[in-house]
Amino acid sequence: MKRMTLGLAAALMLAAAARADTTATGDLGLVIERTTGSVLLVDQSDRAALARIEGLGDLSHASLVYSPDERFAYVFGRDGGLTKIDIVKREIAGRVVQAGNAIGGAISDDGELVAVSNYEPGGVRVFDADTLDMVADFPTGSKTIGLVDVPGRKFVFTMWDSGETWIADMSGAEPRITKIPDMGKNPYDALVTANGRTYITGLFGEDGLTALDLWEQDPQPIRVLPGYGRGEQKMPVYKMPHLEGWALAGDEFVLPAVGHHEVLWVDARSLKETGRTRTHGQPVFAMARPDGRQVWVNFAHPENDTVQVIDTLTKQVIHEFKPGPAVLHMEFTPRGHEVWISVRDAGKIMIYDTHSFEKLREIDADSPSGIFFTARAHRTGL
Amino acid sequence: MPRIAAIFCALFLAAAAALASAQQVTPERAASLEHLVVQDCGSCHGLTMKGGLGSPLTREAISHYDPDVLALVILDGVPGTAMPPWRPLLSEADALWIAEYLLEGDSK
Repeated sequence: MKRMTLGLAAALMLAAAARADTTATGDLGLVIERTTGSVLLVDQSDRAALARIEGLGDLSHASLVYSPDERFAYVFGRDGGLTKIDIVKREIAGRVVQAGNAIGGAISDDGELVAVSNYEPGGVRVFDADTLDMVADFPTGSKTIGLVDVPGRKFVFTMWDSGETWIADMSGAEPRITKIPDMGKNPYDALVTANGRTYITGLFGEDGLTALDLWEQDPQPIRVLPGYGRGEQKMPVYKMPHLEGWALAGDEFVLPAVGHHEVLWVDARSLKETGRTRTHGQPVFAMARPDGRQVWVNFAHPENDTVQVIDTLTKQVIHEFKPGPAVLHMEFTPRGHEVWISVRDAGKIMIYDTHSFEKLREIDADSPSGIFFTARAHRTGL
Repeated sequence: MPRIAAIFCALFLAAAAALASAQQVTPERAASLEHLVVQDCGSCHGLTMKGGLGSPLTREAISHYDPDVLALVILDGVPGTAMPPWRPLLSEADALWIAEYLLEGDSK
């Protein structure tokens, strides 16, 4: 009896110790350090870096998604590396090099599947989120971009070379693929609305975008802003824009124009143009503050030292500032009171109040690019 | 048609001949060009130049090109692809320096 009591006491002490070690991950995030193949674990509330995790390969153009419990991050590297990071233990929990050249990924709504879109070999590969074992392979014969998750254990992705969009339904015993041709010439990226309904791909090969209504039984390409740059000389594009973070103000959203110094406003229901805002340079990201009241825009080389803030009611630029050389990415805190901005060539992450525009803190980072807060775990398409 | 080709060829050669020398690039400028290649060319061609949306630019991938030809591709881009003309941002000496830098690959 006495021995049993001792055993129980020991077990309880162990449990207590484990509880004391619990890490709350809800206000954490990871920052890609693109040149050194590392990620920086950051704390949003403390505005601080907590740890650096190394050994992730070539992280140019890297991005990541989170598991539903916000404990694991899946990092998609340029060199085809898929790395699973344990935020609690601050270490790599698994890594596979799944292709020669990759461009991004997504996690299914149930958190069980991680998909990666690849340039080489072109296509999408799907992995078990626990083990990183491959469970499906969809060769497309094309560089594949714009991969997102949508409700119903589905992934949607688009082909740069062939201009097709595929919907992969992973809910059954065997994957089911729906192919939608004729999305346009050279789609470069895509996004999906937070409700998973509207998928929009931007086109590099022509002025315009193409939308799909994924709630339709048989989605058909819908042309958006065809020929938006008509009559204007298209400028050289030194960096492809990104479609992510979608600005909804009432019923409108805002998108970066390719090869032009402007962002484009579109009615979310009719998909008709409702306005344009002239910008400092060619926009790379046009990202809505989570409440949709502001849109923050950064720019392509060589105008990439500047950020502009647009008010969504008036569509006017209300603030412009220069955080430093090579502003690559911006991430809002989930309720939008602060924004974290990576300034690559300054080697800093800079944190700003989105109401006063005051700079609150700088954090050192090695060539920082993408910033990803764990709250993304609960957002479709991010 | 052959005449057009000949004119084009002549223009091309003239342009190549007119290219400045990479020697004109100062060490400071060279450092900033190297940064540009790794970071900004790297956005499309990969940090290690193994390719991405853009073609691979490793030494093996481009060793059959003359530096002058590569410099012209940098300056004028490749129409119909995502490769932009860099002439608005780079001088001919800059472009030639980058071409030689890429051709020297890892040995640099």
